[in-house]
Amino acid sequence: MARIRLENIAKSFGNHMAVGGLDIDVADGEFFVLLGPTGAGKTTTLRMIAGLEKPTVGRVLINEVDVNAWGPAERDVALVLQQYSLYPRLSVRDNLSFPLRSRIRGLTQPEIDARIDYAAKTLRIGHLLDRKTDRLSGGEMQRVSIGRAIVREPQVFLMDEPLSALDAKLREALRSELKDLQMRLGATFIFVTHDQVEAMTMGDRIAVMNKGRIIQVGKPQEVYSHPVNTFVASFVGSPVINLIAGQVAGNAAVVSPGAFELPIAGGGREGRYTFGIRPEDVKVEQGAPVVARVHDIENHGIEKVVTLRIGETLVRANVPARVAIGLEDEVRFGWNAEKVMLFDADSGVNIRAA
Amino acid sequence: MAVVSSSGQRLGNRVAIAAVVVITIIFLLPIYWIGSTAFKPRNLATTAPPTIVFQPEISPFVKLFTKRVQLKPNEKIDVANAPWWEQMIFAGGERISRTGKGEIQLSGYPDRFINSLIVAITSTVLAVGMGTITAYGFSRFKVKGEADLLFFILSTRMLPPIVVAIPMFLMYRAAGLNDSHLGLIILYTAFNVSFAVWLMKGFIDEIPREYEEAALVDGYTRLEAFRKIVLPEAATGIAATAVFCFITAWNEYAFALILTNKKAQTAPPFIPSQIGSGLPDWTVIAAGTFLFLLPVAIFTFLLRNHLLRGMSFGAIRK
Ligand SMILES: Nc1ncnc2c1ncn2[C@@H]1O[C@H](COP(=O)(O)OP(=O)(O)OP(=O)(O)O)[C@@H](O)[C@H]1O
Ligand SMILES: [Mg+2]
Repeated sequence: MARIRLENIAKSFGNHMAVGGLDIDVADGEFFVLLGPTGAGKTTTLRMIAGLEKPTVGRVLINEVDVNAWGPAERDVALVLQQYSLYPRLSVRDNLSFPLRSRIRGLTQPEIDARIDYAAKTLRIGHLLDRKTDRLSGGEMQRVSIGRAIVREPQVFLMDEPLSALDAKLREALRSELKDLQMRLGATFIFVTHDQVEAMTMGDRIAVMNKGRIIQVGKPQEVYSHPVNTFVASFVGSPVINLIAGQVAGNAAVVSPGAFELPIAGGGREGRYTFGIRPEDVKVEQGAPVVARVHDIENHGIEKVVTLRIGETLVRANVPARVAIGLEDEVRFGWNAEKVMLFDADSGVNIRAA
Repeated sequence: MAVVSSSGQRLGNRVAIAAVVVITIIFLLPIYWIGSTAFKPRNLATTAPPTIVFQPEISPFVKLFTKRVQLKPNEKIDVANAPWWEQMIFAGGERISRTGKGEIQLSGYPDRFINSLIVAITSTVLAVGMGTITAYGFSRFKVKGEADLLFFILSTRMLPPIVVAIPMFLMYRAAGLNDSHLGLIILYTAFNVSFAVWLMKGFIDEIPREYEEAALVDGYTRLEAFRKIVLPEAATGIAATAVFCFITAWNEYAFALILTNKKAQTAPPFIPSQIGSGLPDWTVIAAGTFLFLLPVAIFTFLLRNHLLRGMSFGAIRK
């Protein structure tokens, strides 16, 4: 097992910088998630760890050893991709044994069989072993891909959106299976995704990336409750956080004077801000201070996400499904003053986060 | 509506099938002509209208492979004890020429045929091999001036080759490559390799590089990944490219005529040279041509599955 450290890594393709100034320290046995929108540089980062791409500057360290000069084979990492992970025209069993037959491993046939058995049992793919890979469903394929990583017993598992191509149900199932597996193996996982739900549910820690840079690293709860800027705030969490432009006056957030004024805990220096409040912290109830009209309703099963309109301003709120509510109804709402985030109106930086 | 359109479709299918049948017949007609002439007695080869029904015989093939001399007016021949295939030759007023030791003298055809095989197979292997490796390099690595290099490679095919025939002849004479297998092999390889590079690049570009990268991460070297992953995936492209290169080398006539005359001569310039003077024996020409068609037919037949896939999925489609 291994600790992975990236030191001031940058990677340019031509004069386009894909990744810049990256510092990451992944602890041994940690489930580390790289989260970010498309083009953020997640795959590039992963490929540099795997040795498929050389950093333009900076160092990659595995267990504190500089591996920049090592090829992928020597790094002893396993890679699972979204697709093209399995060799076509080989059976599942041959796919699983392929990495084990490499000369650098020099395993005997009984050892190979034992490892395949173990992986097949762990992932419940025993019945698929003699199938050709093009006869597998998407979920089975990804299971086998993960199996091909497991049999290697590598130092690190690198996964690049392994679940993205699957349907929602399967993704959910494999999500918990993967997390389970990681805990049982006690292995270091670096997991790339653009799906914040995956990141929140699986990660021990999350690194949120954007445009080749790391914006914030932290435990899921930290990233969720204390995003360092509006980008992280709106990227993490569903339904999306409300970002509302307004002023601070004393202990109140003033969005539109007289019509939309609500308290904020701790107050702040007077001036223009962007207020952040998550929909679950917006309370629709009788007797609340602000009057609004119902602009839109989305049903999410046990909850509704209601969009409220106050003049020009729209605010999303979570409302229990049983509450009867109709479009254009007049409602009142308030918010949890403790949960209001203050972002600089220009830079979007959270002025309260460290 | 649905009924009409489906019966319309069926009609369309039938028309398409009929068209395919007609076109196939048109394409096969010359081959039938050659094939039937190769089994005709000499006096039926040039009848007008052509003889369709006849007793096939293999005398043209016997003549193709042997040297013969005219029977002298009162030469005594032991017809009864001669082998059956020589008796057919007697009927034509000839006998097979023999050495002093009584061994049958072969015609030039078998050697020319073997020359054709040597030259075509070797140059195909070389062109496809070099083309595949070059295409892999272009496809997978950053090559400085890649577009220019690829264009240059292609541009070698833009000139009709016969334009350089005389310079080639002079160069080959100076280099001592005239009438040598090596000379033709070099020529055909050079001619085919540009084509092979382009064709193979199309096929290799379509193989996701993730497969190789997975192999690299799994502990294999670049070369092992190439051999174990890329080659099997590229088999279709390799087969298609090989067929094209083989056909080009096998059929090449002009340079073979100019650059070879005996030792390394291939079948294409040899066969028409047998028309000779006097009345040509078309059945022998047809027999030589018929045999000459077979290797390409067999080669293509063996690779037909690959070819079909190559046509529908590979670079040729574009
Ligand atoms: N081989 C390459 N050549 C040139 N540019 C590249 C290459 N690979 C990546 N890039 C660029 O680098 C940037 C980061 O790409 P990367 O694939 O790492 O993003 P990502 O976060 O994985 O995105 P996605 O979620 O879409 O997979 C992108 O702007 C991309 O266009
Ligand atoms: Mg990616």
